[in-house]
Amino acid sequence: MNIKKITESRIFLPLVILGIIIAFNVIFNKNFFNITIKDGHFFGSLIDVLNRSTYLMLLAIGLTLVIATGGGGIDISVGAIVAISGAVSAALFAESETPSMGIGVVIIIALLVSMIFGAWNGFLVAKIGVQPVVATLILMVAGRGIAQLITDGQILYIKYPTFFLLGSSGYVLGLPLSIYIAGSVFLLTMIILKKTALGLFIESIGCNSTSSKIAGINVNKIKFFTYVFSGLCAGIAGLLIASNVKSADANNAGLFMELDAILAVVIGGTSMKGGRFYLPGSIIGALTIQCLTTTMYSVGVSPYVMTFVKSLVIVGIFFIQSEEIRKIIQNKRSKKNKNISNKIIVKEEIA
Amino acid sequence: MREIKPILQMNKICKTFPGVRALFNVDLTLYPGEIHALMGENGAGKSTLIKVLTGIESIDSGEVYLNGEKIKAKSTKEAQSLGISTVYQEVNLCPNLSVAENIFIGREIIKNGVIDWKEINKKAKITLEKINIKIDVTRTLDSYSVAVQQMVAIARAIDISAKVLILDEPTSSLDNDEVEELFNTMNKLKSQGMAIVFVTHFMDQVYRVSDRITVLRNGELVGSYPISDLPKVQLVGKMIGKEFDELADIHGNKQVELKKDEINVFLEAIGISNKGVIEKFDFNVDKGEVVGLAGLLGSGRTEIVRLLYGVDRNDTGNINIKGRTVNMKNPITAIKNGLSFCSENRKTEGIVDSLTVRENIILALQAKKGIMNTISRKQQEEIADKYIKLLNIKTSGSEQLIKNLSGGNQQKVLLARWLITEPELLILDEPTRGIDVGAKAEIQKLIVELAAKGMSVIFISSELEEMVRCCDRVNVLRDREIIGQLIGIDINEHNIMKTIAGGQE
Amino acid sequence: MIKELKLKPQYVTLFITLSIFTVLFGISSVKFDGFFSMNVIMNLFIDNAFLLVTALGMTFVLIIGGIDLSVGAVIALVCMLSANLLSKNISPFIVIPLVIIVAGLIGLAHGLFIHYMKLEPFIVTLAGMYFARGLTYIINGDTIIIDNPFYTKVSQITVPFFGDSFINVNVIVAFLMLGISIYIAHYTKFGRNVYAVGGNEQSAKMMGLPVARTKIMVYALSGIYSGIAGIVFSFYMLSGYGLHANGVEMDAIASAVIGGTLLTGGVGMMAGTLFGVMIYGIIQTIIMFDGTLSSWWTKIALGALLCIFIVIQRLLVVKKK
Repeated sequence: MNIKKITESRIFLPLVILGIIIAFNVIFNKNFFNITIKDGHFFGSLIDVLNRSTYLMLLAIGLTLVIATGGGGIDISVGAIVAISGAVSAALFAESETPSMGIGVVIIIALLVSMIFGAWNGFLVAKIGVQPVVATLILMVAGRGIAQLITDGQILYIKYPTFFLLGSSGYVLGLPLSIYIAGSVFLLTMIILKKTALGLFIESIGCNSTSSKIAGINVNKIKFFTYVFSGLCAGIAGLLIASNVKSADANNAGLFMELDAILAVVIGGTSMKGGRFYLPGSIIGALTIQCLTTTMYSVGVSPYVMTFVKSLVIVGIFFIQSEEIRKIIQNKRSKKNKNISNKIIVKEEIA
Repeated sequence: MREIKPILQMNKICKTFPGVRALFNVDLTLYPGEIHALMGENGAGKSTLIKVLTGIESIDSGEVYLNGEKIKAKSTKEAQSLGISTVYQEVNLCPNLSVAENIFIGREIIKNGVIDWKEINKKAKITLEKINIKIDVTRTLDSYSVAVQQMVAIARAIDISAKVLILDEPTSSLDNDEVEELFNTMNKLKSQGMAIVFVTHFMDQVYRVSDRITVLRNGELVGSYPISDLPKVQLVGKMIGKEFDELADIHGNKQVELKKDEINVFLEAIGISNKGVIEKFDFNVDKGEVVGLAGLLGSGRTEIVRLLYGVDRNDTGNINIKGRTVNMKNPITAIKNGLSFCSENRKTEGIVDSLTVRENIILALQAKKGIMNTISRKQQEEIADKYIKLLNIKTSGSEQLIKNLSGGNQQKVLLARWLITEPELLILDEPTRGIDVGAKAEIQKLIVELAAKGMSVIFISSELEEMVRCCDRVNVLRDREIIGQLIGIDINEHNIMKTIAGGQE
Repeated sequence: MIKELKLKPQYVTLFITLSIFTVLFGISSVKFDGFFSMNVIMNLFIDNAFLLVTALGMTFVLIIGGIDLSVGAVIALVCMLSANLLSKNISPFIVIPLVIIVAGLIGLAHGLFIHYMKLEPFIVTLAGMYFARGLTYIINGDTIIIDNPFYTKVSQITVPFFGDSFINVNVIVAFLMLGISIYIAHYTKFGRNVYAVGGNEQSAKMMGLPVARTKIMVYALSGIYSGIAGIVFSFYMLSGYGLHANGVEMDAIASAVIGGTLLTGGVGMMAGTLFGVMIYGIIQTIIMFDGTLSSWWTKIALGALLCIFIVIQRLLVVKKK
């Protein structure tokens, strides 16, 4: 494995950024890598980060596909859908320790509701042609209102132990169940993208939707689907969060998560303009953001200050991404000019 | 011509873009009070010449003199203030603003720190009346037809005191009456001493209203001629680079008898039209037939095939595939009915540049099969390698990114894309553009072979020899209409050019 | 206003908006006691004066075809910053211009990023939103009360209006801004350039208009409007708090769109935005009078209305083509 191949691979930069953040973590929290075994499962800062990052991972998976389809594709309503999903589950469990509805039914209903909202976004964007940011902005704000309605303005508590397995008390092989859930969604998505033509079509649409349309790809249908999927991912994350905090708080659940998710996707190497996307990068990006958040928490920084810092990080990333692009263009141009002058000479000779 | 000093003199203008030599030693002389047509085919340099004159692009070498003084416009604003204004096909005004405002924006009349709308409206009305337009100047521009919008653009130009007015494709979206009105306006301005450059594809219009013509080809000046000295057929010849007489001897190679008794029609288009884009036409292609669409740039060839393939929707008429009427509402429908379309704009409508050669090749076939029914990676590589070899595509392999290939090779990849869908009708719009001579011949041979095996082909090419070599029938277009058809032996360059120029033997 | 009414297509949307308002007012007056009074309408303006100012700034940004998601956050920042500085006994006459300048600078930064780095307006202003909200919390995580005598005096001034209703300084400022906005939009070159660039940026460039400058200044203007809205809000709430004006960006966008501003740019009326704000206000008032509905219904109803208007706009555009 030569050095160039490693540095040029798409996973390199996200891993480097993750490495930097972990390094910071260790500086502030010397016990970061300490893992002990408690109550029959692994315990420690690292486990905590892994657990919390699963919510972001799920959002990032859905968001990656939406952004990849291009045309300004974005979904800023994911935070609201997280809140709605949690609210639906809490409302159905009705604060009972033995609710009348089985856990399976509740989960299905909550996820269906999330997908319906995703479909609503998809309908506005793909069928009506509304700009994605505006379409999802509506749900971003109105969605919180809907979540509030479902919880009747209160914080609803969940007391059903089986449900807690999802996000707080469930452990498999010592690791939290949430990691397996997020991991399964990630793997399943990767499989579908690679084993079906979906991955190819999404990339094609994001790069050039006109050429894709002429080649026979159903652009609108695929764009619609990505929004439904984004809603589903947000719904799953919402359930995990509700299970973890054992409640549904319509005001705070998923608050500002859309920013984190966008950051994760961007750090992971997917371009905001659409086209080539990199799902593993988004996962690493999610881990990175969560590490950053955890570091800040352990230093005593409030969540709002964190969002301030993150906004600076976004700006920084855009700087980097665009400088690079500019440099590359400049390099290519000088190479191209050399080639072109050669070509002109050849052309004239033929003529 | 009168013995008057030219108002505009362009000498030995050269302009090069990366990879393209757009203009080389082009001269242009304009006299006040004349309508001067500027004509040329694709890549001739017309639009570059205009851009250079209007200040959008800078010249590499050469001089421009306006009224005897050397000028160098560095922006549209500067060109305008010097007296050179351009009205474009897309009008380039703001549809949401009022007519009066479009005429005055950027130079609004201000009284006491406030825009004086009363004065602006009054002055706008007067300016429009100068060109015989009487409309409500307070209504928004988009409440008027394109023809009127163009008049407003002209009014803006002359209000900024133009000495030279450039009209770039002004008649493309106008109907016959509107074209008449435009010509009246042009003649009126001409009589007032304005020099007008009229850039257009429509030959009839050029002959109706122009005094002189300048023809460009491949970035170079072919010549400037008084209109009376240049019959239509010679103009066509100069534009495509052929001498008219030379071609008199060349006959078509194809000897085809019309198979009228066999029910062999694959596609039949009856009474198709698209308002403002193409006039009503009938068109059919038989199984195993190669039908060509010939005509000058802008004559409507691409527009026809876009309608047949479902990219654009038709306003009138029906399309029948093998006898059954099909609602060609999108490309997927077309593909499912056995059609395929290799667009002339390979960059914007063909390649997906961040994908590899292999991915680009199998894209349409995969789209046809659907999301679930995937072509295995092994199969994809086999197909890609097969066609890379078959079409002689110069690439380091099927995993090369398509954007790194030369234009000609990209075109071949697109061709491969459609060939593997095993279509019943292959529509090729300028498939040999930008391809080297050897590859051109390969592609033409391929077309004939495919047809012999039963595939129908619609073939558009600006290179008449190719059409002659491959086509069984050629439909000739001019000014957005099918005006004639040549069959079998009659297909030769001489006849095609003659038909384009007007009238068949 | 007269100039604006002459523009026919918007006249239709304005008519629809006004009708909706009248219908809502009518039905509510019948249903609720005490609804049908000047007081109710004036209270509507008092409560939403800050929204009107913000929405006017947003209208300019929408006309040029952009979007500004930071407005609510900037309002909160302005409030918090004012509260903080005032609690340190800095004179209101320094604080007020200062915070407006800060808000304007944030807007200017947005404009520069959007134009020179060629970034999408939504992502830049979204980052700006988080920046401003975060900054607000950095200044103070709790509520700071404003007890500066100038502020308390001004917030208590009432100006008698029709009948026995009254308005306050905030309302006067808001309507002053409305007048200024109409002046800028229809009687200055800058305003007309905003419309031109929003209508067709390419054409505007070819006509020699200062496109870059206009685009950048529009965001700076929105920042200044948010700053002024923040001042109005601080007179209204007399406190600085991190969650102030949460979600106001959607309210502002909705008000503009319901008032006839097209999301695609080029079309928008300041007077229309006024009516959009009035619709928001009356929905709020209805919910208040009802007493049983949660205040979140306001946001949902507004979201639904915004949706309907956007869909209508899109369908009209498609029909035109």
